This record gives sequence, structure tokens and C-alpha cells, in this order.
Amino acid sequence: MPTMNIIEAVRDALRTQMRIDPRVVVLGEDVGKFGGVFRATNGLHEEFGADRVIDTPLAEAGIIGTAIGMALYGLRPVPEIQFSDFIFPAFDQIVNELAKFRYRSGGQYPCPVVIRTPVGGGIRGGHYHSQSPEALFIHTPGLKVVAPSNPYDAKGLLLAAMRQNDPVLFMEPKRIYRASRGEVPEGEYELELGKAAVTRAGTQVTVLAWSGMVSIAEEAAKQADAGGISVEVLDLRTLMPFDIDAILASVKKTGRCVVVHEAPRTAGFGAELIASIQERAIEHLEAPILRVTGLDTPFPYSLEHEYMPNADRVLGAIRQTLEW
Amino acid sequence: MVAVPAPADLRRVLDDEGRVLAGAAVPALADDTVVRLYDTLLLVRIVDDRMMRLQRQGQLGFYMRATGEEATHAAVAALRPSDWVFPSYREHGAWFWRGYTVAQFVNQLLGNAGDPAKGRQMPVHHAARWLNLVSISAPVGTQIPQAVGAAYAAKSMGKDDVSLVYFGDGAAATGEFHVGLNFAGVWKAPCVFLCRASAAAPSRGFAARARGYGISSARVDGNDALAVVQVVAEAAERARAGLGATLIEAVTHRLADDDTERGEAELWERWDPLRRLRGHLRARGLWTDAQDAAASARHNQTITDALAAADQLPPPPIESIVDDVYETPSWNLAEQRAALIAGARTKNPNHHG
Repeated sequence: MPTMNIIEAVRDALRTQMRIDPRVVVLGEDVGKFGGVFRATNGLHEEFGADRVIDTPLAEAGIIGTAIGMALYGLRPVPEIQFSDFIFPAFDQIVNELAKFRYRSGGQYPCPVVIRTPVGGGIRGGHYHSQSPEALFIHTPGLKVVAPSNPYDAKGLLLAAMRQNDPVLFMEPKRIYRASRGEVPEGEYELELGKAAVTRAGTQVTVLAWSGMVSIAEEAAKQADAGGISVEVLDLRTLMPFDIDAILASVKKTGRCVVVHEAPRTAGFGAELIASIQERAIEHLEAPILRVTGLDTPFPYSLEHEYMPNADRVLGAIRQTLEW
Repeated sequence: MVAVPAPADLRRVLDDEGRVLAGAAVPALADDTVVRLYDTLLLVRIVDDRMMRLQRQGQLGFYMRATGEEATHAAVAALRPSDWVFPSYREHGAWFWRGYTVAQFVNQLLGNAGDPAKGRQMPVHHAARWLNLVSISAPVGTQIPQAVGAAYAAKSMGKDDVSLVYFGDGAAATGEFHVGLNFAGVWKAPCVFLCRASAAAPSRGFAARARGYGISSARVDGNDALAVVQVVAEAAERARAGLGATLIEAVTHRLADDDTERGEAELWERWDPLRRLRGHLRARGLWTDAQDAAASARHNQTITDALAAADQLPPPPIESIVDDVYETPSWNLAEQRAALIAGARTKNPNHHG
């Protein structure tokens, strides 16, 4: 089985599905001849041509607006937004249009667009190349939000996203685009959307994480293990709809939970997870559920590593729940 | 005073009385098609009048009429049924022309169980996939890049469909207008942009902007239904031939509520698009006053019947509230639906009876 990084896995998923389904097109700024700002679409232009690997003018509202029209008519567009920080000019097209078309038309107009966009900090990118805006889109009825943490999941989830009929925001962890490597099957396979994965089994504390924070959570779990604490790490993989059953099964087993996300704390997705857990499993909880998150600041440049959750902070929260 | 543009500035087929102007390119419409076109625009006029009255009586929460600019709706008569139309919320004639019934129209306004869009949007935001009429959005101009995307898709899938997108002059101020025209120019998308430009609008000369995007343009008398058909037919033909998009500025004037008070009724009547097309039908020997009265009576009866039938229809079923968010409801939606059905309910204040 070949070994790939996340960029290669994304590209492999695109190529695989484009070979199978002639309706799939890729569009965005420099995705064609140049191969994409992170090279995710490298080589696709040569194989599939300019009609299916489409260089667009620099206008995110235009990229998503035209992708919507393509999907309504019958294509399967996979637009790329170079950085999720640049997605906001398209916010109206995503939130008011893409996410609403099926509902507002009474089911007459499905709009299967898969938006790919890199998220997260730790790359010396400052405010405009580092944000994690998932909560804004999770809070948008009609969108599915997927956030893989490794190459195998990235390919399987992207293939699944391109083969279902709802709009998906597919958030890729850019800090580990190349650092995260793993075995990825050739050809087709799908990972069902809406299913979390236990990446490390444990018994005393559940850590919920996604995207670039999964490896941080695993590192903390490893350190905890060295100190005799058994931690279970759950990679949510899909944030909307999130896998409530897997979350509850783990938390009911451990009785303790820490949620880790890069995005700002207040009204972040961690808050929704904690609310959902306590509504359903309060009698199983031995301690308050804690959060390790980014700060309620714009994403800082020089002090980004102070902002980002790290293994030490996660470990501290794990200990705190045990000592409560 | 309403500023009436100089006729020489605009493409026209009919003069003020409905006579064909010398040298005008006349659209190739059969007699019965022109009659049906007039009949459709007459229906719009009457529907608008009846629905505005219902709105003022408090029986409709909202309504948008098109009185005075109905001739711009005739653009769809220049298209094939397979062509896609991205309307704004004032082109009722485009819907009726393609076969959307008065009953469906009224049921949408009332948001009842007979609404093809299942009561999901406020009045005049229709959707009819079976007619290639795209679901309407309230934020102005959002449909412009979407129409370009559909046009791109048609071209890349090897079909020769075109997209027609309607918007008012207000939308020409949005970013989406720029973005849509720019993408259309770059992609040579088979798209027809139809801007309903008010003769009284603060900003003018929309057609001239096309040049900067490298697309074709035309200015047309938007109160001349046949001129609208002709100009759109030419634009659609260019689009199908691979020559790209056209921005059409259809100069018209929607009757405002205070026009009569401002003493503009006489001028408005001269510009009335229905009066002009009716004059044309008379001149061709296709229409009489008696036929006109009969058509008005027929439309009024259709509306009365549709309203009476709508009165018997319930709101959409409560179970449907979570349908169509996704193809199948996710667990959270299923849970919320169950809780809603099991919980205490209040009477829906939006529905009578």
C-alpha cells in the first residue's frame, strides 16, 4: 500500500473520482496549470484539461456562486478556497445560497458542492492564513462539515463527500499537510460521513479532537500514559453531523472528557459538544468537561504558539479532570 | 417627471401605439404565440392587482408586483424550454409562460401544502425545477454568478442550453454583478444578463459596462415586449454559437404607488407595455376589445378559483419541517422533529382556520 501525505491523499481522491465521474470538476484560483497554492490539484490539469480543472478569477464569491450554478445544472463541482481565512467574501453564497437551496426549493434543487479549504495555524501565517472557522459553518443548517486529521481519512472522506448529494465544507489541516504521512489504499474507498474514529483506546479520560488537534491530543495521551493515565482519543472527522453515539459511548465509559480545538473558545464547537454530552450523560460524568482551545483573540502572528493548544495544555486539562 | 429615454437610444420594434417601426427586426413569433404572450402579461397585470389588494387587506404577508415592466417577462418567450432561468422576484410572467399555474403561484404566496416549495419561503420566492426556473433568493444579485455557473456547466457538458438571469438595476451595484459578468467574460459563458433598468434609476448606462468585461450588450425598450423577445433571441443565438454572454439593459418603468398623485398617470399609460402589445395585436387583426374583456374575466375567475381552492388547503405537515435540510435528516434533525411532534403546540398564527 502506498504511503502518502495529506496533500497527496487529497489529490488522489480528486483524481480517482474525476476518472470515475465525468461530472466532477475542480475550480479555484490557480488550481489549473499551477496545481494549487498547496499543490493539491497538481497534475489534474494535464490529465483532465482546462474544462474540468478550471482556473478562476480571484473572487471567492464568484468561485462559490458559479460552483452553485454548476451543481444545480448537473456538475459535481469541487471548488478550492486557498485559505479558509479567504472564505468570507463567499460567506453569503455559502450560508444563504448553497446551504439553503435544497430546503428553500422544497427539495427540488439539491446542490452537491464540496468546498475544499485549508484550516489552522502554526505555519507563521498570521491572522489571514491561520483561522479555524468551523463553528460558523457548523451553525449553518444545510451544510455538512468534514475535518480529517490524516491521509487515510482525508482520501476516504473526500471520496464519500463527492459521492453524496449535500453540500460539504471539507476542511484540510494545513500545518500537517505534508508532515502527516500514512498508508493510503489505491483506488476507491469511502469512509462514511458522520462517523468518528477512536485513534487511541483508553479508560479514564476521553479527549475529543479533530483536524490538526488530533495529533496534539495523541501526544498528550502518550505522555499521560507514561504517567499511568489511560486516555481515549476520539477523532470526530465529521463535525456536522457529529457522531453523538461514539462520543457518548466513550464518555459513558470514561466519565471524564476534554475537548480540544484551535478555534477561539467562546461559542466554539467545543461548547456544543459539551452541551450535547451533558444533556444525555450527566449521570456518567465524574468531573466538569474541560476545553483546551485557542484564545478569544484574532489569530496572532508572533505569539501563535502561545495561542495554539499544545500537548502540555491538553495534559494539564486531563490531569485537572482526574483531580476534580 | 419620469425621464423617458429618447427612443433612438433603445432597440424598439413597436411604436407607442403598437405599430411595427420601419426597419425593425421583428421576432419570428407565430400569431398564436404573440396572442399567448399578451394573454400571459395580462394575467400578470391582473394577478398583481388582486394580490396587492390581498396584501393591503392583511391576507398576504408580502407581495412584489411588476406592474409596468411586464414586457421584460417576455424574454423567456425567446428561449427554449430547456434553457435555464434565474429569476429575481418580479418576473411572474416568466413563470406563467413556462406553465407554472395560478394555483401553484397562489399556494406559494400562502405557503400552504400545495406550494411546490413546501411553504419554505415567504411570498414570491418560487421554485420550479420541472420548468428550469431556479429557486428565488431575497438577497439581491446572488443569482447572477449562479447563472454563469449553470451556463458554464451546460457548455462543458456539451449541451447548447443558455442561462437567462433577471435582476433589477439595484443589483447592478452589488459585487455579484461584477463577479458574474467578469466570470462570464473570462469563460465565454452562454449567459444572458437581463437588467430591468428603471427609467428613473439614479444610475444609468448599465449596458456600457459590458464592454469592460468583454461581453456583448444591448439597450432595449423594456416596455416593448417584441423588442425584448428579439434582443434576447439574438443574445441566445450568440451564446449558443459560442460567442459568449450579453448584458441587456431593458429600460422600463414600474408603476409606483404614488405615481398617480405625482400626475404621471398619463405618461405612464403611454408607456404601458400591455397597451402597446394590445395595439399591436389589434393592428394584426388578432385581438378585439371583446376578447380582451373575456380574457380579463377568465383570468379573474382563475384567480378566484385558485384562492378558493387554496383556502381548503392546510399548512405543510409539521413532519416536513426537517425535510430537505439534507437529502436525509441527520440524527439531530430527527431528534428535533420527534421532540417537536411530541411537545406542546401552539396554533399557527400564519394560517387561518
